[in-house]
Amino acid sequence: MAAGEAAVDDGVMLVALLVATLRAAAPLILAATGELVTERAGVLNLGVEGMMLVGAVVGFAATITTGSHWLGLLAAMAAGMAMAGIFAALTLGLRANQVASGLALTIFGVGFSALFGAPFQSHPIPGLATVIFPNLAAASPFMQQLLLLDPLVWLALAAPFAVQRFLARSRAGLVLRAVGESAEVAHSFGYAVIRIRLAATLFGGAMAGLAGVSLSLAYTPMWTENMVAGRGWIALALVVFSTWKPHFVTLGALLFGFVTIAGFQANAWGIPVAPNLLATLPYLATILVLVLISRDRLRLKLNAPASLGKPFHPV
Amino acid sequence: MLSRRSLLLAPAAAALAARDAAAAGPLKVAFVYVSPVGDAGWTFQHELGRRALDAAMGNAVKTSFVENVEEGADAERVIRKLATDGNDLIFTTSFGYMNPTLKVAGQFPKLKFEHATGYKRAANLATYSARFYEGRYATGVLAGRMSKSGIAGYVAAFPIPEVLQGINAFTLGMRSVNPKAQVRVVWTSSWFDPGKERAGADTLIAGGADILTHHTDSTAVAQAGEEKGVLTVAYNSDQSKYGPKTCLTAVTHNWNDYYVGRVKAVIAGTWKSGDLWGGVKEGMTKLAPYGAAVPDAVRKEVDAKLAAIGAGTLKPFAGPLSGQDGKPKVAAGHAMTDKEIGEMNWFVDGVQGKI
Repeated sequence: MAAGEAAVDDGVMLVALLVATLRAAAPLILAATGELVTERAGVLNLGVEGMMLVGAVVGFAATITTGSHWLGLLAAMAAGMAMAGIFAALTLGLRANQVASGLALTIFGVGFSALFGAPFQSHPIPGLATVIFPNLAAASPFMQQLLLLDPLVWLALAAPFAVQRFLARSRAGLVLRAVGESAEVAHSFGYAVIRIRLAATLFGGAMAGLAGVSLSLAYTPMWTENMVAGRGWIALALVVFSTWKPHFVTLGALLFGFVTIAGFQANAWGIPVAPNLLATLPYLATILVLVLISRDRLRLKLNAPASLGKPFHPV
Repeated sequence: MLSRRSLLLAPAAAALAARDAAAAGPLKVAFVYVSPVGDAGWTFQHELGRRALDAAMGNAVKTSFVENVEEGADAERVIRKLATDGNDLIFTTSFGYMNPTLKVAGQFPKLKFEHATGYKRAANLATYSARFYEGRYATGVLAGRMSKSGIAGYVAAFPIPEVLQGINAFTLGMRSVNPKAQVRVVWTSSWFDPGKERAGADTLIAGGADILTHHTDSTAVAQAGEEKGVLTVAYNSDQSKYGPKTCLTAVTHNWNDYYVGRVKAVIAGTWKSGDLWGGVKEGMTKLAPYGAAVPDAVRKEVDAKLAAIGAGTLKPFAGPLSGQDGKPKVAAGHAMTDKEIGEMNWFVDGVQGKI
């Protein structure tokens, strides 16, 4: 310990822990918030992982081609929406099974992103934080930490508030929830069920694309095959974990991020915890919370959209 | 009678077989890769070896590869497919292919197989690996000279002997020039997860480490160092383009000579099963070109250590060595044997972390 004491400022360490947690949680929050809106409209899209990968690779490619990170973000949202569009065409248009179509979308996204991304593998680019603050490497350790909070992190923190407000307070939000609860009733009131579900699905796609590109442009600025590494599935789990409430998505993602990062911190601080145990902690925490939630069956039933995953046949 | 005849015929048959192979057209050589080829990393180094084979042997060989093959049931299917496709020699380049390779090798006794980093062999299945730790020791010396805080960070995947050898050798090298140096280890529990590697690197930097290295497969650590102005020593491949200012060098694997040598042996009919654990001496472990940040004196010192390791005069795991708790582990005058190194499951003094 003696050699390290002088160099380590506990304050910086604490801020670093917070910042690292936020950065790890941001992609999860973005993807899960999008999927939450999709599911609240009654559509279960299991293709989040695939949409994230395609968003990551298209955004990265667009950034390299145009030289602008901002255009890269837009391209990633468009790519995510295009992927969600395919899903919508299958499930809303042709009324294909949502679970199967979602899984197919993920498999397609994994393959397509690998194929499309092959020429872009060897392009190092500056991260979003460095683009905004070019002198990042020269800043003091404390400032460096704060500057690493790029706009996507702030967006991820704000998104659940906006979505919560939309779902609870706006007319459009209430209609969207009605469609998710009972498509037949919403239809009989004259709402365009398919069109509303399409919009919700596309929103989920755009957010997944943004989540993916936050990995390839901000968190680890590079493209490598399969770089999303299962975060799409964690985002899906977070939606259930949150019982379809946006603020709990943030909470869950922060908890997941914190447990992951705290594991590293324990390693680095020399707290003797076995690495295998640390690696399982985030998942143990997830299981624990899911068990606690499902104990309260009424609550789960009240919050889960009643017609989730059910195709709608207008009569 | 029969035995004498077969004895007499054996050398002639071998010569004939060798000629047959040459006459039948190019030798077909296949490679199985665990991840996409990409442009850096474990698989990329094997791919460089395959390309070197093409360049060296020209029309005498026909090489092919299958990338991104998962370790497990799928690997067996891929290896068997390559065997039935008429390949003469098949290299399977990841530890997890060990049992599938052994199984398929048993079913195709006339074909030759080589498995990287494994320990199960057969008459037609050889194994090979590299002493990565030799390069690690040299970069530890480099880290000891370049670090101001005396704290290095190590992003590692799994606590298996191959990884522990690297961490220990790096620490011993660093402590050979800075006895107070500390190496802090974080575990990602994954060979490839850029996000986790990045988070691990960020944590180590925040904790005061001013030089980082890694035993994982992505370029995330080199990039984290470049973004934050922290020095790095990369692994697997030269990653200087990911850290033009901060990446000092990389411990790289070099299979080129081995692959060319083994293929020549097959063509000449002299190929035999066996195990090669090569290092600096065999050219299997090398350092990538130094970055501009490394002063000339340090380059010379590290090169000299590497040369001494290659010559066998410097043994990274020669005693006296003490464990993490400060208690003696290896007595003075004893250098750890290959078997002991291969089974390493402890940290040397100076490593901060837990297995």
